[in-house]
Formats: sequence, structure tokens, C-alpha cells
Amino acid sequence: MALVVAPEWPLDDWLAALDEQMRRTAGLFAHRPVVAHLGAAPEGGGGPPESVLDALDALVARDLRVIGVDGLDPARLAGTRWARLPTIPPGRETVVQAGEAAPAKPPPPPPPSSLLIDRPVRSGQAIVFEHGDVTIVGPVASGAEVIAGGSIHVYGALRGRAIAGVMTGGEARIFCRKMEAELVAVDGLYRMAEHWGPDLHGRAVQIRRDKKTLALSALV
Amino acid sequence: MSKVMVVTSGKGGVGKTTSSASLGAALAQAGKTVVVVDFDVGLRNLDLVMGAERRVVYDLVNVVQGDAKLPQALIRDKRIETLSLLPASQTRDKDALTEEGVGRVIDDLREKFDWIVCDSPAGIDKGATLAMRFADLAVVVTNPEVSSVRDSDRIIGMLDSKTRRAERGEKVEKHLLLTRYDAARAARGDMMKVEDVLEILAIPLLGIIAESPDVLTASNLGCPITLHNPASPAARAYDEAARRLLGETIAITAPMERRGLMSRLFGRKAAVA
Repeated sequence: MALVVAPEWPLDDWLAALDEQMRRTAGLFAHRPVVAHLGAAPEGGGGPPESVLDALDALVARDLRVIGVDGLDPARLAGTRWARLPTIPPGRETVVQAGEAAPAKPPPPPPPSSLLIDRPVRSGQAIVFEHGDVTIVGPVASGAEVIAGGSIHVYGALRGRAIAGVMTGGEARIFCRKMEAELVAVDGLYRMAEHWGPDLHGRAVQIRRDKKTLALSALV
Repeated sequence: MSKVMVVTSGKGGVGKTTSSASLGAALAQAGKTVVVVDFDVGLRNLDLVMGAERRVVYDLVNVVQGDAKLPQALIRDKRIETLSLLPASQTRDKDALTEEGVGRVIDDLREKFDWIVCDSPAGIDKGATLAMRFADLAVVVTNPEVSSVRDSDRIIGMLDSKTRRAERGEKVEKHLLLTRYDAARAARGDMMKVEDVLEILAIPLLGIIAESPDVLTASNLGCPITLHNPASPAARAYDEAARRLLGETIAITAPMERRGLMSRLFGRKAAVA
């Protein structure tokens, strides 16, 4: 399913509205083919009018994948780098007016922001999830590692490595029911088992970044 | 419906081959037709433990590569009629096995036997992955010590990802067999406790086999302990484990330290010495 964009002139005003639309509905155009409806282009002479080329270049500059043009006499693109695009003869009005209110199709759902693992993470396994939080219902074994863009929640014993905040940075935290970890890290700061001593061993623990250190504290 | 069972551990020397032979014999003694397959190509041992080392003509590699027919390679046990052995090759290495060939052999064995017991080599490379590849269930052999437990955990992860059942989204049933359990050391607290091992591995317990000279004697004589010395605690533990595999519900008791009258009178020290 291709989206249709219909540039209007003056072009600068329309592009500003398009930018605003793209900002509000991030991902609307991502990986979607786009057809440019150029029926509103000002009539020029016989050759390709500068205004049309400007409009197409502006679309490409915004990472839109223009796969065809519509509403324009194909002859007017002859000799330009756009000449090879398929042209769709002027027909029924099915134009989505960019810059106006809600688009016809709802934006695609954002990628999931959390990952749930409903089984033990075994030695030698690595769970890597950069888009958000990781929740594990079960233990994380010695020799296993969990790497999360956001926070890590372990409903079980944490015996391996947990590395949080790869994307969100210092906001991320690590929680576990039973602290027996080999290494914990938040936003690049790490601590090994020898750093926190026997007091926290085996307890429910929270790990967060406190300015330039990692703060480990028992959860009551 | 036949069952393919892999006996595996990751770590070497924990008792995979002994357990394969003993569980295989116990299942056969319970009336099932059983074949025990040695996947340790290059380090063939199962034939020794089962007392068939002088009867090996063809082996698993010959069958996988099509040089011999399956009935030519199968060795029927002289003591239990329903027990057979498919030996490994001692002169080849594990690269001689192919997934397609092993799959074909397992399919053929499924038509002849109730239970196919695959004795896995140590490690996590080709031999071990092929031994577990077609398994319906797994017996994870673990000693109560940290290195064995961690290696077993790694193997359990592979059972959940590298087997054909796992790739099809089906479950591979996993059972923990705790071997070389030393009751005296457990009582002193210098060995991992059964609960600790179970908590880390989080799979059901199939049985606990006590460390015992009877097991070593039976191996050296080439006779599975359930045949050689059925009254010994280890043989009883293997027999109960096999019956649990067959669906019986039998409570598991941790082996107790056996102390004579004198040591009872004079306390624990005498028993330890």
C-alpha cells in the first residue's frame, strides 16, 4: 500500500506543514512507498518545470521512497532523472492532503518497549533487547547475560551478568529477587561481585546509577 | 510409541556412560525393548561398561554412512534379551556423523525398540548436539559440584534450543540425575546440597545415585550395576529412576550415610575416618 503525497505551491509552506506532520506521526512514512501527486504543479513551459523537480528532491531529502508520480503529463519529466519512474495517469481523486488533520491510515504500532522471558535464562545464553526493559520470570544462571536498553527485572536469582541502560542511560535500574550476580552494569558503570561484599548476597536488591557511582541497595 | 532419551551433562566424568548402561539395563529388566547408542565416536566406552567390547564388528559410523545395515551393527546383550547396544567407532572422529544419517538411524531404531538411550559425549560440540538432536526426553547427569552444575545448565539451554523438538516449538522433557552423591561429605557441608542444585537447574529430580565402589566394580566387570549387584543402593536408585521414567510415582530419598554400630557409638568422626 503506497501513500500519496500531494505537494502544493508555494512549496515552502507545504514542506513546512509536511515536516510538522512527519514530526507528529513519526514512522508514518518509514519503509512505505510514496506516490507523488503533482496535479497542483504550476503550469510551466514544455520542459520539466523547476518547481516539480524541487518538490521531488525535497521528498527524497526527507527519506521518502518515491516510487511513482501521478497527476502529471509524463512528457514533462522526460530527460530528467525522474523520467524512469512509473507515471499514473490522472484519475479518481484519492489524495491524502499532507498537512491536514489525521491521515487515512493509523500509524503503525511502535516497536514493543519491553520483553518478557517466561523461563530460566541458562548458562551460556544471552538475552539482548535494546528497545527497552527486560523482565525475566525465573533465574539468570551463572555464565548467562542479559543486556537491556532500559531496566532489567529478574523475578528469581540473578547469578550471571545484567547490563542495563544501553539506550536509556542512567535512568535504567536493575532489580532482582536474589542477588548472586557476577557483574551488574548501568549505563557503562559496572560492579563485580567482590565490590559489593557479602551483605547483599542472596537478598532482593535494586541497582541504580547515582551520579558517578553504582548504588546497590537491599529492597525491603 | 518409542521414546528417544539422551543422557547428557556437558562436563566429562560425571557418569553419563555408567548411567546410560544402568538405566538402559533397568528399563530392559522392566520388560521394555531397549537399545543403548554410544555417540562418543573416537572415545568408545559404552561397549566396555556393557561387557560387549569383544563383540563389536560394525558401529554407528558404519551404519550412518551406509557401509553396514543396522541389524549387523546391533549387539544383543547376553544377560537381558531385550537389551541391545549400538557401539561407537573408536577409529573415527565425530565429523564422521551427519545429522541426516543419524536421523535415519534413529528412525530405524524407533521401529524396533521401545526405548532408544543415546549416550552423549562430553562437551557441547557436534557429537553432543547430534546425540541430543532427535531426543524426546533428556536425563541430565550432574555431580553436586559447581562446575558440573553450571555445565548442566548450559546443556539444558541447548536442549531447549538446539533439539528438533525445540525447533518445532515442542517441549523436551528434562530430568536431573544427581550422581556421585557423597552422603558423608554432604553431612559435613563440603558438597552442594541437593536443594541448591535443584534450585539452580530448575528441572525435576529423577534420582540420586550415591558415590559407591559398587558402581566402579560393576563398570570394570562390564556389567551394568542393576544386573551385577541389584541389592546395592546404587542399583536400587537406578532401578527406581528407570521406573519413574516409565511413569511410576516413587518418592526420592537422599542416600544416608551408612554407619556401623561402632561408629554410631563413637560419633561421627569415626565414620568419616
